[in-house]
Amino acid sequence: MLQGALEKAKKAREKKALYGEDIDLEKFIKEEAGEHERLNKASEVPKKVQESLLKVGVDPEEKERAGTFIQVDQSGVCSTCGSESVEIMGMNVATEKYSWLKDYMWKAVAVDADKYTAQTALREAETGETSGYFIHSLPGSKEVFPLQACMFIGDEKVMQTSHNVIIAEENSELHIITGCTTGEDVSSALHVGVSEFYLKKGAKITFTMVHNWAEQVDVRPRTGIMVGDDATYMSNYILTSPVRSIQTYPTAYCPGKNSRIVFQSILGGQKDSVLDTGSRVLLEGEGSSAEMISRAVSKDQSQLYARGHLAGRTQNVKGHLECHGLVLSDDSMIYAVPELEGSSTELEMSHEAAIGKIAEEEVQYLTSRGLSEEEAASMIVRGFLSMDITGLPPELALETKKMIDMSLKGM
Amino acid sequence: MVVKLLLEINDLAVEVNGKQVLEDIELRIGEGETHVLLGPNGSGKSTLFMSILGFPKYKVTNGEIIFKGEDITNLNTTERVKKGIGVSFQNPPAIRGVKLMDLLKVESGQPIEDELSPEMMELSYKMKLDERFLERDVNLGFSGGEVKRSEILQLLAQKPDFIMFDEPDSGVDIENVVLLAEQINILLDKHKKTGLRQKSGLLITHLGYILNFVNADTANVLMDGRIACSGSPAEIMEDIRKEGFKGCVECCKVH
Ligand SMILES: Nc1ncnc2c1ncn2[C@@H]1O[C@H](COP(=O)(O)OP(=O)(O)O)[C@@H](O)[C@H]1O
Ligand SMILES: [Mg+2]
Repeated sequence: MLQGALEKAKKAREKKALYGEDIDLEKFIKEEAGEHERLNKASEVPKKVQESLLKVGVDPEEKERAGTFIQVDQSGVCSTCGSESVEIMGMNVATEKYSWLKDYMWKAVAVDADKYTAQTALREAETGETSGYFIHSLPGSKEVFPLQACMFIGDEKVMQTSHNVIIAEENSELHIITGCTTGEDVSSALHVGVSEFYLKKGAKITFTMVHNWAEQVDVRPRTGIMVGDDATYMSNYILTSPVRSIQTYPTAYCPGKNSRIVFQSILGGQKDSVLDTGSRVLLEGEGSSAEMISRAVSKDQSQLYARGHLAGRTQNVKGHLECHGLVLSDDSMIYAVPELEGSSTELEMSHEAAIGKIAEEEVQYLTSRGLSEEEAASMIVRGFLSMDITGLPPELALETKKMIDMSLKGM
Repeated sequence: MVVKLLLEINDLAVEVNGKQVLEDIELRIGEGETHVLLGPNGSGKSTLFMSILGFPKYKVTNGEIIFKGEDITNLNTTERVKKGIGVSFQNPPAIRGVKLMDLLKVESGQPIEDELSPEMMELSYKMKLDERFLERDVNLGFSGGEVKRSEILQLLAQKPDFIMFDEPDSGVDIENVVLLAEQINILLDKHKKTGLRQKSGLLITHLGYILNFVNADTANVLMDGRIACSGSPAEIMEDIRKEGFKGCVECCKVH
């Protein structure tokens, strides 16, 4: 790591994040990167783990997948690739292989953003091991099958950090499914995932992420996306299972002209979950546009913060921010914070936020077809959350729909 | 021949939002019979429909509703529907994200994960609703005719013993009325001989237009929340055609 970055990380060691509960990092165990055995292919993971992977869209059989990466706790245990267009490998391998990779590290995410990024960097420096995955598409290539990456926490009280770098070269297209989940015996743990995306001119990345953590897990992903001219980035995030806390606020920087950004999220709050999720797009290149759409449902005692910040900083940019929420219990809460910032003429930005309850009339309509009130309410909630994800190749769209349906079953 | 009673309403009074809308309602519908409920706008037809269905807003302040020999006055809508009551709404609400396809599966007792059964698919085509249409959110942006066709299709999935139709002929063009009437006739066993019919219905219409395509056994006229008269549909329609509902006002006074 560059000396400057390390110094910054040291200074930010105790720096609290702007949002979310401050997590005491001392409570967690730092496993080594060699703790878990390496596997030749994804299907070698134990049966029980395979079931968990399937629930978050990661196929252990690797059917219709361009490649796979699996990290268990701190160890990259498996990386396979069957595509000529893209490569996927552990960051420890990639940093050895490509000396230029360091130019992409801590550039889209600030190393001193907060204690979580700092901790990830310090751990890299201390152990000399970078966990996480590297994905790279070749210029002009188009891989329709998705790559799959899985972050799995297998041991109790573990602090999992990963540092992922994803680069889509000029005019290439790649699709990623990431599933994050925990083993059966894990109740509490911490996941910190730093992800840095780079989209060169004309590139397209779709990134679909399903989270299914255990109930006492804290999650602090840190994501930055650098978007070049004519590039498209689409993120789909799905979380409907109970978790202790999640705080994330991915930021897309769009200095390039005519770039397009879409963030879509489906959030189901259950039990005591505190979900603080947002997305930010800085439109700095002419002709760029952004859409952020979220659907949130709060049940039980859950607290959901749905944030969004759209900044138009040059002419001819467009953006829309939309958040719809349903509050299903008096002890739960949804707090929608849509922010628009326009600092140029000739731009168009709007937001739409609505929080409400299930319409009585709709419930009654369904009871008149023989559904009980509970069945009717749950059908309406599932319908509300099941947004149509656009922009995916047909096979992946179908797969994603299945993933969403599966996640919504628990709601 | 003695007809077995399917629905029996005795001395029913109903209040909506604190307002007394229905009073002294008496209605008897036998097994295999189709009744028509006529009456001007605002006379209480939809209120009676919702009361029989058991929607919570419609408070029964007097009387009882007996269905298949059982008092259902205090049952909720789900329970009544499970006993064999089905409905087609005049203006059903749209439900975002709930696909007509999925609703049809629930109504025909199919698991949601399965593909829609070939029988249901065939019925959908009969109602001129194709696969792409079934993928749409129920009632969201449906045209008047599509709403009615989807309502009837859902009834074909449910196969209820007693069906109420609220203004199936309003806001639809002639071709649609013919198509709807054809399926309503099937739902009400009209293809069977009178004595062999088992399904019963209550057709609500203020225009009476649907009666050109669906035969009813008895007509009831609702005026200002009371049943003004009951009798032969042909005769009553004839009177209404001649002098509108004015004559029924006279009738009301006599009763
Ligand atoms: N939700 C309501 N609140 C108050 N009054 C109502 C409500 N619904 C219906 N009514 C009144 O009840 C009467 C009958 O209405 P309705 O049953 O809709 O008549 P119809 O279907 O015959 O046109 C009308 O006077 C109407 O204003
Ligand atoms: Mg009406």
